[in-house]
Amino acid sequence: MVDVAFEAQNLAHPPVASRSKALAKLRLADAAFFQATRGCALAVLIILGGIIVSLIYGAAPALRQFGFGFLVSERWNPVTENFGAAAPVYGTLVTSFIAMLIAVPIGLLIATFLTELCPMWLRRPIGIAIELLAGIPSIIYGIWGLFVFAPFLQRTLQPALISAFGDIPVLSSLFAGPPYGIGVLTAGLILAIMVLPFITSISRDVFEAVPPVLKEAAYGIGCTTWEVVRNVVLPYARTGVIGGVMLGLGRALGETMAVTFVIGNAHRISASLLAPGTTISATIANEFTEAVGDLYTSSLIALGLLLFVITFIVLAAARYLLLRLDQRIG
Amino acid sequence: MTLYRRRRVRNFVVMGLSLAATAIGLGWLALILGALVWEAFVGLSLSVFTEMTPPPGASGGLLNPIVGSLIMTVIAVVIGTPLGMLAGTYMAEYGRHSRLTQVVRFINDILLSAPSIVVGLFVYEILVYQAGHFSALAGAVALAVIVVPVVVRTTEDMLVLVPDTLREACASIGMPRARMISHVCYRAARAGLITGVLLAVARISGETAPLLFTALNNQFFSLDLNAPMASLPVVIFQFALSPYKEWQALAWIGALIITFGVLALSIAARALGTKETVL
Repeated sequence: MVDVAFEAQNLAHPPVASRSKALAKLRLADAAFFQATRGCALAVLIILGGIIVSLIYGAAPALRQFGFGFLVSERWNPVTENFGAAAPVYGTLVTSFIAMLIAVPIGLLIATFLTELCPMWLRRPIGIAIELLAGIPSIIYGIWGLFVFAPFLQRTLQPALISAFGDIPVLSSLFAGPPYGIGVLTAGLILAIMVLPFITSISRDVFEAVPPVLKEAAYGIGCTTWEVVRNVVLPYARTGVIGGVMLGLGRALGETMAVTFVIGNAHRISASLLAPGTTISATIANEFTEAVGDLYTSSLIALGLLLFVITFIVLAAARYLLLRLDQRIG
Repeated sequence: MTLYRRRRVRNFVVMGLSLAATAIGLGWLALILGALVWEAFVGLSLSVFTEMTPPPGASGGLLNPIVGSLIMTVIAVVIGTPLGMLAGTYMAEYGRHSRLTQVVRFINDILLSAPSIVVGLFVYEILVYQAGHFSALAGAVALAVIVVPVVVRTTEDMLVLVPDTLREACASIGMPRARMISHVCYRAARAGLITGVLLAVARISGETAPLLFTALNNQFFSLDLNAPMASLPVVIFQFALSPYKEWQALAWIGALIITFGVLALSIAARALGTKETVL
């Protein structure tokens, strides 16, 4: 055993006095370390507070100028300095909706495969591969989407959609116009690829947390794998799956680079999914450094504030659900 | 019998779909990596690492963005790691069940997936706007804001895994708490803590949005932290959207460098993480 006070003492001094001195020093160091850790924990809160305050401060001129109209106006005119958030907000919501529409079923199916069907030796490698997909930076999806995926869609999927739905009343306006390649649909598809790994890995984790006894009981009375998943696993894992889906939604709403490359940056709301559009993050990324004038900059920051508020609500709800799940299991 | 058949068929269909979904997920990974390698290998040569970014229409390399990315990543890690680690230490060691810890954990989880472009706006407001010009330092701070939540999360998770018997042993020999944490808990959780930093580096090395209006971009080689600095993601963004063939080729090469850097980091982090994190 090493007496730390003894170890720390300076041997030049008489032992008794220096021992209490060394202890005092240690006590001071202890207190300082504790305060440092607490200060850093508080700093995390300060960062969030700083983000909110700075965004509100930056957005104030635009919000004062346009008021509530900022939310509903579709106009975006830097020349006359008239700005409204409707088009980017619409684009953000629609692209995220398309992404979730595709990624949620596929993610759940992959999670089913990984927990019920996949041979044991293959589970880890496939799980890791899916997680690596989550690690690829979004700009890679963007450049791939722009040069490979968009031209591919322009040649294949989009003309097919246009001709397939051209005569059906509602759907024809949804898939109207020339196949540009880039556009709202393409952005939604890229987003789907991006959020798929998040949804998959969380769903897999909550599927695995289902007690084996429940599943075995269901198999024991002759259920098929699908019936076990549908009636035992999914109801048990529901909260966790919803949490995971909302986490993925939070990512999709705030995703910038992958969308900026392929959405076309057009400030208008059009019924067709094949038309170019814009999202909040794409608008900021494209225009912020070129914005001239305080009102223009302020309007872009107001968009950022709007995005932060939306994602904050979605993410907070997701975390709340997952937290409740943790408490139930642990 | 028909009900039995129907159930069998339905099961077969859904299981087939789940197999197909997995194939799609993995196929996409292969497609993206394949396209990356295919497009980038044509232009990959040593000059990429020795020459500066070219003006339109000329050939060149990516030396200045590579160096810029490295510099800003290092500064971001140097700022963000101690902050995140100390905060995580508080949550795991001092206030494991305190109210503050619960609030910080909740907020931290939200920061973890908050849109990175908002972080860029935040740093623009507090640093760039005040200083009146873009700077590499502002870029590094923006990246640091993204590093912090990643490190906080892994530090807390890893320290919680350290067995309490170690802490009790320390307490029984009268070891001060700060010393116990730094000499015993940190060492026991070392592999996990390093994993956290590696994951954070992987996360920021591809981040583009927070750099767009903090570090901006720089056509030339610059080591000045107070001036705009090029970085790989921003150069990829600018070059990929340009109409020049040479620039687009360089964007693909930059994308390849980042992807394999990030994949290598995540695999290294995973290898470290699966090793025994506790002594």
